[in-house]
Amino acid sequence: MLLDTLKKVLAVYGPTGKEENVADCVKKMLEGKADSFRTDAMGNLIVEKKGWEDGKTIMFSAHMDHIGLVVTDIEDEGYLRVTSVGGVSVAMSKTRHVVFANGVEGVVVCQPTKGETETLAHLFVDIGAEDKADALTKVQLGDVCVYAPDCFMLGEHRIASPAMDDRCAVALLTELLCEIENPKNTIVGVFSTQEEVGLRGATVAAYSVNPDLGVALDVTGWGDTPEVKLPAVKLGKGAAVKFMDRSMVATPCVRDALMAAAEKAGVPYQREVLPYGGTDGAAIQHSRGGVPAGTLSIPCRYVHSACEVIDMRDMESALSILKTFVNMEF
Amino acid sequence: MDLKTLCEMNGVSGDEKEIRKAIIEQAKPLCDSVKIDRMGNVIAFKKGKKGTSHILFSAHMDEVGFIIMDATEDGLLVFRPVGGIDPRVCVSKYVVIGEKKVKGVIGAMAIHLQSREDMKRVLPFDNLYIDIGAKSKDEALGECPPGTFAYFDSAYETFGDGFVVSKALDDRVGCYNMLRLMEETYDADVTYAFVVQEEVGCRGAAGAGFAADADTVIVLEGTTAGDMGDANPVQSICNAGKGVVVSFMDGASIANNELYRDMMALAEKENIPHQAKRGATGGNDAGAYQRSAAGKKTCVLSVPCRYIHGPSSVMKMSDMENQFALAQAFARQA
Repeated sequence: MLLDTLKKVLAVYGPTGKEENVADCVKKMLEGKADSFRTDAMGNLIVEKKGWEDGKTIMFSAHMDHIGLVVTDIEDEGYLRVTSVGGVSVAMSKTRHVVFANGVEGVVVCQPTKGETETLAHLFVDIGAEDKADALTKVQLGDVCVYAPDCFMLGEHRIASPAMDDRCAVALLTELLCEIENPKNTIVGVFSTQEEVGLRGATVAAYSVNPDLGVALDVTGWGDTPEVKLPAVKLGKGAAVKFMDRSMVATPCVRDALMAAAEKAGVPYQREVLPYGGTDGAAIQHSRGGVPAGTLSIPCRYVHSACEVIDMRDMESALSILKTFVNMEF
Repeated sequence: MDLKTLCEMNGVSGDEKEIRKAIIEQAKPLCDSVKIDRMGNVIAFKKGKKGTSHILFSAHMDEVGFIIMDATEDGLLVFRPVGGIDPRVCVSKYVVIGEKKVKGVIGAMAIHLQSREDMKRVLPFDNLYIDIGAKSKDEALGECPPGTFAYFDSAYETFGDGFVVSKALDDRVGCYNMLRLMEETYDADVTYAFVVQEEVGCRGAAGAGFAADADTVIVLEGTTAGDMGDANPVQSICNAGKGVVVSFMDGASIANNELYRDMMALAEKENIPHQAKRGATGGNDAGAYQRSAAGKKTCVLSVPCRYIHGPSSVMKMSDMENQFALAQAFARQA
């Protein structure tokens, strides 16, 4: 079940650079359902499901990491100084509940700025420590905290949680690998690392996988709330086939095949032109001598906040598209 | 070759040949093979006693400096920085230009001629010139044609309680320690990469990484120490004299978690003074290595350097010794 899988992967600690727990969780779910598993030097989990002899190799990438705050120093009073790992905004993180790998909890606070623009340097995390020595028994420099897991339904179809970017795609790729039997094309599912700091995991995975074509699975922005109308995608209207973002112009053959797969599967989809952002698709496309690549997106509201909202109907649409896509002729 | 000799050589990014030549000379008798790749990196390989693993140490040969663009009609050289240099550290500094080592001084409008507004603003490179005492554009460009590299001309000195001041500590200190590391044969195979063009975007390491067989890379660097003056202690990044700096993260790479933990534990075990880098800014060759080919595990060991990227960066000798000690301890157990 897509929703169960999603809830499982949303609950796991896994900021950028520390994705091992997510990889373990995915691996457990896929045990016995794939032909091979390997983990590379960057921590990517690479899962292969063999296709027919005349099939092509398709790399799918869904990134396991999500944004967080890394401890850079500890004040004498025991407050943690932090900076962002990935695009954490000061406004969205103020007075947020955060949690570390070892379960230590904290509150992100922004100190008075005396008229300056608020920056990450004004943030500190209060973990209730008495002083620096006490704080050091709980947290070390380099430890990373994330928005505390908090998953809830918003209406009938929608679900809100931190880490929806990109655990919804991790769930999707896991389900695809679980459900698909004897695919025509070989599926290499890359559960990638460090996307949020510049597609670092997918870059090296694309090199080692050396696929014939690639598809990134990621969230995209939303255009259906007051004053936000671009990208022109709406939650609940189907998965979005990316045409372009700041990192990539989707390779036409991949983009068109994704749309053809949606038509064939008889599920709704949307065309996405994103005026910002980037995905692992770019890392695949720019690998070696160039690889045809595209991105299938899940529209997501309030991306990089503690309440990232998606619509399960878009997830179902995406899964149907992918199941058809992997059996197409390339 | 001592640190002083290495630091006093000139090698702006893209013009590392003097250092390359000296390093090759010293590395050849110590290593099994010494090659120069197409980017100009020196790749030295030393076979291990057991060869069970293969690690790569890397340091960059280049330093920040300047390149001549043009000259004014009255013979002042127009120039730009190569690598990140704060224009405020440039005014009134001696430079040497090109292989002929033409002497020059970076000049700006004298205080007498500046308006109140001028005195408040930072003079950008557009407003700075190198004066080589030439009378005309032709004379200036005859001596120093466009494309000629220029360097800070500052002496290497020791001072105070074990401190050193020099222009190119970033990263001749890493080169120096690598030359010392290769004097020993370890169980592991070791590649020593002396790379070019770090200061303009880790360009040498990107190539070296693709060609390297090693899957573990230890980068030896000089890094920003902000432990002076009115810098906020929590933004000081690292302190000179408090040991080798181990980075968990910077702007270009996140250290491999296990490697970082192992490195900290090893320093602890061997009683080597060390400090975590208290910040995640900046970047170095680890970023390029990590993302080359099918990926590599990386970790960065740095020597804290104050006033980095200027004519007079300052480090403490003991930190350099601790960088060496930790790198060597790591090589011995690899």
